[in-house]
Amino acid sequence: MIKKRSLKIAIASGKGGTGKTLLSTNLAAFLSERESTLLVDLDVEEPNDLLFIKGNKVHAEEQYKMIPQWNESKCTLCGECTKNCKYHAIVQMGNFIAVFKELCHSCYACSELCPTGALPMQPHKMGETTEYTSSNLNFIESRLIVGEEQAVPLIHKTHKLVNEKFTNTKFQIFDCPPGTSCPVVAATENADFVILVTEPTPFGLHDLKLAVETMRKLEKRFGVVINRFGIGNNDVENYCQKEQIDIITKIPFDNEVAKYYSNGDLVYNKVDSMRNSLNEILDFLKNNFTTKSFKGFKSSEITTELNKCK
Amino acid sequence: MRIAFTSTGKAWDSIIDSRFGRTEFIVIYNEKTQKLEVIDNSAIKSEAHGAGTATAQKMYELKPDVLITGNGPGETAARALKNLNMKIYVDAHNLTLEQAYEKYKNGALKQI
Repeated sequence: MIKKRSLKIAIASGKGGTGKTLLSTNLAAFLSERESTLLVDLDVEEPNDLLFIKGNKVHAEEQYKMIPQWNESKCTLCGECTKNCKYHAIVQMGNFIAVFKELCHSCYACSELCPTGALPMQPHKMGETTEYTSSNLNFIESRLIVGEEQAVPLIHKTHKLVNEKFTNTKFQIFDCPPGTSCPVVAATENADFVILVTEPTPFGLHDLKLAVETMRKLEKRFGVVINRFGIGNNDVENYCQKEQIDIITKIPFDNEVAKYYSNGDLVYNKVDSMRNSLNEILDFLKNNFTTKSFKGFKSSEITTELNKCK
Repeated sequence: MRIAFTSTGKAWDSIIDSRFGRTEFIVIYNEKTQKLEVIDNSAIKSEAHGAGTATAQKMYELKPDVLITGNGPGETAARALKNLNMKIYVDAHNLTLEQAYEKYKNGALKQI
């Protein structure tokens, strides 16, 4: 039996402000007109896909990470915890052990290695996931509490939620944080394919190179979408050609897009060039990931495709 | 009094390291013996996280009476240092340890 599974597409960029949210929200809505689609906002420090997705809230869940809590009565002040914490999240202040939860990576080392069990792990609220639905489109917003410093644990929790509850959606679109650091690595780690959104400017190119380097290191299959095509110069195109990177589509620079976007509207059903670009993305996905018009995705097919790109 | 400096070098004429957590050296001047004690902190370079609290932990082990530094410890490090009975003086950028010490003696350094 062929196991049906979702096609997971991460939308990342390197540079901020290139159009990840624009593409994620429009692509998800566009795909949901054809197949069941899930959009996940993993830009947990500042999620904003909700501005564009008008859905009904169906479920909200508080998300926790585990951090150690010092039990003074059991502690012998042996110093093992501070010695073993790779993140220096535990400081022995005289006869007092302080846990800096913002530095803690929930690795359990201190808790497991404490000879007297004086650092039991306790849940600590870090954020919230909220699920919305509108016809064929499901949407999860993952939001970190203001003041929480680590995006990665919440991103991991959100992946887990997706894999538990949304296995039946054909398409899963993950709107990733900008940059190339840990949160992006975490946000793209389950993706079958990563779309790198860039713009044809020197800044766009500079950060695209960093993003490409990251994706290659992660052995991810990826392609590029050039947004605001028509401004700047040809350097991004030349770079992609030289590096043999697929340019999936170019979204023309258009004032209309900006107008709708800044009103919190989806664009693809109002601006033709946007719809054309989304069609090109869909064609690209069809050509690369399946044969029978998305009747189901075979894991083996995706694996084969993934192996090709190494 | 034992006075600690965040320092880019090991000597009395070394320049203050403006960073607390990632300081290259911690140099402690003992006013009673008039001797310098040097602690190499350069291994902190390879630490991606928690440099502030790691150096704060060192301060608990060294227990100086006074710390003279540049930018001052960041928020987390400052919280970590709170329980340590140590006066912290900042804004000693670009001074040698000697100059910073003189300035401290003259009451011209800012205490936080």
